[in-house]
Amino acid sequence: MSKDVAIIGVGQSTFVREYPGSIRELAFDAWKEAAQDAGITAKDISASVICSAPEYDLQRSPAGVIAEYLGFVPAPTFAIESVCSSSTSGLRVAYSMVKSGLHDIVAVVGFQKMSEITSADSQERMGRGSDIQWESPFGTMMPAYYAMHAAAHFKQYGSTEKDLAMIRAKSTTYGAINDRAVYRKVLSVDECLNAPVVTSPLKKFDCCANADGSSCVIVASADRAKELCKKPVWFMGLGSGSASVTLTGRGNCYGLTAAMKAAQDAYAMAGIKPQDVKVAEVHDCFTIAELLAYEALGFAEPGKGVEIVREGQNLIDGKIPVNVDGGLLSKGHPIGATGGSQVRTIVLQLRDEAGPMQVPGQPEIGLIHNVGGVGLYANVTILGR
Amino acid sequence: MSFKKFGRKSFASQTKVDAFVDYLEKGEVRGTQCKSCGAKFFPPRADCDQCLSNDMDWFPIDGVGTLVTFTRQGFAPTGFEKDVPYTTGMAAFDGVQVFGRLDGSIPEEEVEIGMKVAVRTIQYDDGQLSYEFIKA
Ligand SMILES: [Zn+2]
Repeated sequence: MSKDVAIIGVGQSTFVREYPGSIRELAFDAWKEAAQDAGITAKDISASVICSAPEYDLQRSPAGVIAEYLGFVPAPTFAIESVCSSSTSGLRVAYSMVKSGLHDIVAVVGFQKMSEITSADSQERMGRGSDIQWESPFGTMMPAYYAMHAAAHFKQYGSTEKDLAMIRAKSTTYGAINDRAVYRKVLSVDECLNAPVVTSPLKKFDCCANADGSSCVIVASADRAKELCKKPVWFMGLGSGSASVTLTGRGNCYGLTAAMKAAQDAYAMAGIKPQDVKVAEVHDCFTIAELLAYEALGFAEPGKGVEIVREGQNLIDGKIPVNVDGGLLSKGHPIGATGGSQVRTIVLQLRDEAGPMQVPGQPEIGLIHNVGGVGLYANVTILGR
Repeated sequence: MSFKKFGRKSFASQTKVDAFVDYLEKGEVRGTQCKSCGAKFFPPRADCDQCLSNDMDWFPIDGVGTLVTFTRQGFAPTGFEKDVPYTTGMAAFDGVQVFGRLDGSIPEEEVEIGMKVAVRTIQYDDGQLSYEFIKA
C-alpha cells in the first residue's frame, strides 16, 4: 500500500428528521467532531470542499457560507455535487488536491437539510429527478426507477421480495445500536414484507429514511498525517464512473454499470480483490440497491447476491459485514452528507473504534460504495490502515 | 410545434427535435437516425455523439417490442397525482429502447416482463400529447 494520502479525522452530526438549526450550524456539528478527532483547528485547513445537492438548499452557493462559519476563510473553498454521492466525489477531489501537493490538509464537508424545503416543494423536485426532457413527463420518480431494477433483477436472477425484506430487517438491527441513526426501531422480515407498496415491488420499508445531517472528512498528506495522527487511515483505491441518465440508454436494468466500473477501477488501483475487503458501506438508498451493490462490488457473482443475504454473510460477524451502522435505510440519507458518513463508519472500523458496531477481527481493509441518482454516478473508495 | 405539448406534464419547452411533437400529433412515435453514420436514437437526438454530424432522419417506432421492466407507481410527483396508480416501464424495439407508461386498461395481472407491446400515441383532455405501450 502506498501511504501517501490519509484520512486523519472524521465526524458526523446525528441524523434527524428535522434539524433545529441552520445549514451552517448543521455543518459545524460534523466539523467539530472531525477537528477534535484530528487534533487540528480551522487554521490548519488549507482548502475545503463543500458537498450538497443544491435542489434542497435555499442558500445559493452554500460553500462560502459554510467555509466562513467553520472559520476556513481565507483558504479556498468550492462546491462539488453529484447528488447522493456528492461527498465521495468531494473526497475524490480532496485526494487529488493533496496528492498533487497543492494542499496539505483538506476538509470535505457534506450536509443536507432536507427539511429546509416544504414537502410540496420536495414532491415537485421529485418530478424533476430524472431526464426532464424525455422521462419526467411520464410522472416517474426515484423509487420507481429502483423498483424497475428490482423487477428486472427478480426476473433475471430469481431474487425475491423476501430477500429485500431481509436486507431491511438487517439494517434495522444495526440502526438500533447506532446512536447517530434516524431510524432506531427494529423491524422483522414479516413487518417489512407486509408494509404497503410504494411502487411495485418496493414497499415502505424498502425505502431509506430521509434525514437532515452533516459529515466531515479531513484528508492530509503523509507528512502531516504522521505528524498529527496516531491512527491514520490510508487511501488505497479510488474508482468512479457514470451511466446514462435515461433508462433507455442502459444495457440492462438488473445491474448498475457505473458502480461496476468504479469498483473495477478502485480494486485495480488498490491492487486487491473483493475478498480482501473485510468491512463495507454500500449505498442502500433502497433495499434493491444493496443487493445490486454486492454484485457490482464482486462480493458475489452477478445473480448470486441473494446468497449473501440468505446465508447471512452480510452480518457483523459474517464473511463480508455490510452497513453495520444501519446504512442509508436506517441511519438515514441526508443526500450531500451520506458519503462522508459512510467514510466515517469505515475509518472508525479500521481504527477499531466503532463501539457496538465494531466488526470483530480488526479489519485492515474497508470499502465505501456511494451512488448518485439511479446509478448515474458512482464512487468506490478503498481504505486501509 | 412547441415541445411543451409533450407529456402528461412538460418540463422542457425548447429542443431542436421538437418535430417529435409534430409526429405525435400525426399519430406517430419517431426517433432519429444519423444520416452520416447510421446510428439510431430514441429518445431522438439532434446531434450524433458517434460522428458529430447533426444531419438526422426520423424513423418510426413501429412493430412489436418486448417489455424490459416496469413498476406500478402508487405515488406520484406534483402534477401527476390524479393519474395514480399508473405503470411506467421500458420496452425494447428494433435497435432502440423506449421509456413510457403502459395503457391503464391492461389488467394488472397481465403485465409482465417479456410481454409483447406496441406504442400508440395519446392525447390528454388538456391537449397534451404523449404515447403509451399497448398489448401487441
Ligand atoms: Zn453519426
